[in-house]
Order: sequence, then C-alpha cells, then structure tokens
Amino acid sequence: MESVSQVEAAAGKLAAETGLDEDERFHVTMAAREAAVNAVLHGNEYDPAKRVTASFENNGKALVITITDQGKGLDPETLPDPLARENLLRGTGRGLFLIRSFMDEVHFRQLHPGTELTLVKRLSPADKGSIKMLHRDLDAG
Amino acid sequence: MALTIASREVDGITVLDLSGRITLGEGSVQLRDAIRGLIGKGTKSILLNLGRVDYIDSSGLGELVSAYTTAKNQQAEVKLLNLTKRVHDLLQLTKLYTVFDIKDDEASAIASFK
Repeated sequence: MESVSQVEAAAGKLAAETGLDEDERFHVTMAAREAAVNAVLHGNEYDPAKRVTASFENNGKALVITITDQGKGLDPETLPDPLARENLLRGTGRGLFLIRSFMDEVHFRQLHPGTELTLVKRLSPADKGSIKMLHRDLDAG
Repeated sequence: MALTIASREVDGITVLDLSGRITLGEGSVQLRDAIRGLIGKGTKSILLNLGRVDYIDSSGLGELVSAYTTAKNQQAEVKLLNLTKRVHDLLQLTKLYTVFDIKDDEASAIASFK
C-alpha cells in the first residue's frame, strides 16, 4: 500500500501547484489514489513481483496522471454499474466510477500484460484567468 | 491520519465516534472489526458519528455498506450522523444517500432508534 500513498501524495502535490480549487484538487488526489488501489489490488493482485508505475504531468492545459500495472488487463465495459439498484449494496465496484466522476477524461490502454490508465483534469478557463491576473499584478509591481 | 474509534452508550444506543480516514489499509479493517464485534455481542442499534471523518475512499464506502448489511442481516440497525461535506457529497454521488438513514443531530438520531 506504500505505492498507493506515494501516488496520492504526488497527485496532491501536482494539483496544489495549479489554480484548481480545493474541491477539484481533492478530486484529482482521490482519483489518483483510486487508480493506484485498482492497480495494486485488482491489476497486480498484490503480487510483490509486479510493479505499479505512475507519471504526473502539468502541460499547462491539463493535469495528466498515468498509472500502469502488470496484471491480466481490464475491460472497463464489463464492470457492473455501481448506481444500479441491484448493485447499491455491493461492498466493491465504486473505484472506477469515482475516477470517472472526478476527472474530465479517463483512458484505458491494454498493455498485454497490464493496463495503463490515464486520468486527465483540464485546467479551467477560470484558472487560466487567475494566472494571467497574477502576471499582471507582478508586471504592475 | 489513521482511523480512531471511540465507543459510548447513549440511552441504550451504541455511538461510535470515528475520527480520521476510512480507506483501504487505513481504517476500513478497524471499522469492520468494530461493527462485527458489536453485532456479535448482540448490539442492535449503532450510530456512526462521522463528524471527524475527513476522507473516505471507495473501500471505505464499501465498508459502510458492509456495516449496514451486516447489521440488517442480524436484525440490527446502523445509522450515520454528522457527515462532513466531502462525505456527504460522496454518498450523494454514489447514491448511498438513499440507502442510509442519515442524521444531523445526535439527540434526534438517538430518538429515531426507538
């Protein structure tokens, strides 16, 4: 679980360096954590010989977080809908739903073996506006 | 911060004051053990005070659901008290708000068990 904490901390640091508001930073951090948990638990199935890798990027337009496992692979379309009445009382199956709810884009890529999950959080126009405002203030000073 | 659980009795109702995170590896097992321990001793009414729980992940949500179903299967009842905004939003997003009996006030929560 150490890798999960590392991913969570790195995502939190990445989000903190943007103009995202507190709720959005929380969403990015939680989505990254859920993706890391999925990679360790469902992807690698706790196999210590298998690795989870993570990369974090702020390209100026979006935060891009990529989590990769070495498991058997995952078809996200086969997962049950956690909001369906018959699934509400299930103890598991909400992680990917939360990731999709919190991020702007979620992409899967099968690696044979393994799954690469890419999470994208766009930096909103409001954020860009606040950055420009900051620059103006600095220029004026 | 890991989860801490303090238990107290109010008018025959067991109140668990939870503080910290309920996540995989940091609280979900403690919560499961606490609930199963109470149900195993025959406790029928459990109020989970989440007022100091600032973070629940999908595993933690699953643990809350498990607490609810474990109790129901033993003719017991688990209710939730004092949700933080984050936890409230998560329960709404996942539609678990429709499953749990959620209270904002301890006195009325205690009275609701009778």
